[in-house]
Amino acid sequence: MTMKASTRQLDDVTIVDLSGRITLGEGSVVLRDTIRDEVAQGHKKILLNLGDVTYIDSSGIGELVSAFTSVRNQGGELKLLNLTKKVHDLLQITKLYTVFDIKDDEAAAVGSFSK
Amino acid sequence: MNASRVSYTLESTLESVNKAEQTARDLAVRCGFPEEEADRISMAVREAAVNAVLHGNHYDQDKRMFAVFEATPDAISITIRDEGSGLIPDEVPDPLAPENLLKQSGRGIFLIRAFMDEVRFRKMDPGTEITLIKHMRGEDREIKEASK
Repeated sequence: MTMKASTRQLDDVTIVDLSGRITLGEGSVVLRDTIRDEVAQGHKKILLNLGDVTYIDSSGIGELVSAFTSVRNQGGELKLLNLTKKVHDLLQITKLYTVFDIKDDEAAAVGSFSK
Repeated sequence: MNASRVSYTLESTLESVNKAEQTARDLAVRCGFPEEEADRISMAVREAAVNAVLHGNHYDQDKRMFAVFEATPDAISITIRDEGSGLIPDEVPDPLAPENLLKQSGRGIFLIRAFMDEVRFRKMDPGTEITLIKHMRGEDREIKEASK
């Protein structure tokens, strides 16, 4: 299964619902293009919902890091929502768990962005 | 499970990476590794295959990736070889160092080492060979026997 990304707005937060595999090739490209488009539209509060992401490899982790830094460099914030155990473990092993702001409740996550 | 060995010569494509990953996962499950371990083994193999196809062979259609999957009652072993210019694993920066945490790449070999019991690199002429080994733990073997 390849990756799918769909976006929705809640208040001034853009929620990106991701599903499938974020791996080298198509999955990573979809994520990169989605973040680039959102930032280009001036959306700088981005919540990546990873609840339906079944698999992520080191390239996908790199894409998450790249998304995080590119949004931050534009003065925005990018947070992660609903990590599966697999993704949670990967972020812990790679010490990225402390870098990302990780949430498990959508409403609380939306409310946590700076006003 | 009796000893088994299967070898593939694969093109330098993402399809080959996916095939190596899936073959490793199928083998790990067949050998009785729990799902979580099978995921880790197949991910380590995926990372090794990405290194071979992308960083070693640079998707060159004239270069091949060679993959050998072996199983014994005690362990599985996967060997991946490319035809690139050679990788020096000790020169890969530590991805956990604070200055590298936000780098986009450089986590593949780290994850391979984190997920496998033994990882060996061998310089070839040309290319690099990496062998990944995962031992069957006693409790995994007992679960496998009980499920027969």
